[in-house]
Amino acid sequence: MAEQHVTSVKLYLAIFFALMVGTALTVGVAKVDLGAWNDIVMLAVAVTKAVLVILFFMHVKYSTRLTALTAAGGFLFLGILLLYTLNDYFSRGAFLLDVPGK
Amino acid sequence: MASTAIDSHLEGLGGSHGGHHPSLQHQFDSLEQQKESSTLGMWMFLVTEVMFFGGLFGAYVVYREKFHGVFAAASHELNVTLGAFNTAVLIGSSLTMALAIWAAQLNKRKQVVLFLLLTIVLGSVFLGVKAVEYKEKFDHHLVPGPHFQPDPAHASAALIEAGDKAQVFFSLYFIMTGIHALHMIIGIGVLAWLTVLSWKGRFDATYYNPLECAGLYWHFVDIVWIFLFPLLYLIGAHAR
Repeated sequence: MAEQHVTSVKLYLAIFFALMVGTALTVGVAKVDLGAWNDIVMLAVAVTKAVLVILFFMHVKYSTRLTALTAAGGFLFLGILLLYTLNDYFSRGAFLLDVPGK
Repeated sequence: MASTAIDSHLEGLGGSHGGHHPSLQHQFDSLEQQKESSTLGMWMFLVTEVMFFGGLFGAYVVYREKFHGVFAAASHELNVTLGAFNTAVLIGSSLTMALAIWAAQLNKRKQVVLFLLLTIVLGSVFLGVKAVEYKEKFDHHLVPGPHFQPDPAHASAALIEAGDKAQVFFSLYFIMTGIHALHMIIGIGVLAWLTVLSWKGRFDATYYNPLECAGLYWHFVDIVWIFLFPLLYLIGAHAR
């Protein structure tokens, strides 16, 4: 059997701490009013955390290209779903009709 | 006579007898190929899960844009402290899940069982906190339906003014966190089963595919929460 990759406990702990720091950061930033930047920072932190989990906890960094491509494909389809949905709503002006509290 | 002939035929195909690994299924050439297949199959399933939750996230994004201020006011009713605590608990459970596989790769059977049990405990803590939060929403009449009635004593003026539009937020909150919790319950069931198999010594460094696949599922559920937490709990943190 070929060599399998064993991630060190040290690296797992490092990823764990990075995820905890990300959680603290996202809670901290949410309490400050940054306007539209609140959502952008929040999603950037969440995407970074998700990538760390996928690459290291889910071992995609050490998997075959076929597995990595399949994983990436899932998020590509998700992007298509969200982008085309938003494209439709924005281009019909759906969000301009109702703006209480905006 | 005939059976001997068949046996020797199977032998020729690398079949029923001989020195192959007890966990290697006949359709695979090697343990490595078998592991690659199960990992790929699990990822295919997770792709369908991404799309399943993706539909809900899509609905969230559309209504978040449509009722921007209402969502911030409704989000303010969620308990950020409990939400953040649960996020930490779930990240911790992902760590113990990853360490269970690490232990399997090093043939540490007892540590596999220990880390799986820790993962189950942390998952259960998450669900317990979720139950406390749900009860609070029921007590405050924030569950969508005929009894939806934010109490002026607890709720902000903005939420009461929003009226039924706030129900859209709480509908998404209960559906998304509810389906997420259902995934956790299924995950805990799978992990309990694998804990028994691990205790019996079914897994070692040469074969731990079920642990790997359960781990992929568990981490995926963690990722869903990594997005749910800010989108549901934090969008109203600076508003009042």
